Amino acid sequence: MLTIETQEENGHTILLLQGEVDASNSVILDEAITKMVADGSNSILVDGSGLEYISSAGLGVFMSYLEDFQEKEIELKIYSLSDRVYEVFKILGLDQLMSIYPNKKAALNS
Amino acid sequence: MKISCQTTALSELRVFLKKTLGELQLSDIDQLQLILAVEEVCANLIIHSHNCNALDYIQLDIKQNPGKLIFEITDEGKAFNMLDYEVPDLNKVKGDKRKGGLGIILVKKIMDEIEFDSTKGTNTCRLIKWFQS
Repeated sequence: MLTIETQEENGHTILLLQGEVDASNSVILDEAITKMVADGSNSILVDGSGLEYISSAGLGVFMSYLEDFQEKEIELKIYSLSDRVYEVFKILGLDQLMSIYPNKKAALNS
Repeated sequence: MKISCQTTALSELRVFLKKTLGELQLSDIDQLQLILAVEEVCANLIIHSHNCNALDYIQLDIKQNPGKLIFEITDEGKAFNMLDYEVPDLNKVKGDKRKGGLGIILVKKIMDEIEFDSTKGTNTCRLIKWFQS
């Protein structure tokens, strides 16, 4: 089960993820990010505090945007991941390719 | 456990694995990684070997031997030997803007041994994790 909420805050679009992302629902995450970009967001902050689980299907969604976002200068930052979910990003080395922060404050100040 | 070949069955698989692995003395991080590796293999089979045909099934058996856990995943779909699959470079995955290709990297990094055999239409993938006993 995955629920996604979006909020606008001082020029940033915040994507709140709640639950689990897997191959059955990663398309929802993909559509949410696509919509944010279509709506003109150039700073996407992903609040991962409610993210309990993410499989490669969800990680692949983030990966697929990295190149485009770099070209279009769209910021994508993830924060407040639990240790066990962060570890999954680390296994793949995504912590080196993506901007991941311990909390929202750190993400905003970077 | 018998898993129907549809992606919505993956959450049931996680519940089953969490319950089974919860009986062992594993850290939260180890438990999640084992769940993830098994799910990645099953998701690959469901999507690529069975085209999400809900009438097809995958069988998962978990065996606990001294010092190791064995996850045996059996199916009768199109055989896929992940040992023959060359793991892509992460920067290439990024450059290609593709969403797939990460699952097998995860499985290979999480598990200590992977075995595969295909005999008379039945494919068996064994994921083995060693633990200090």
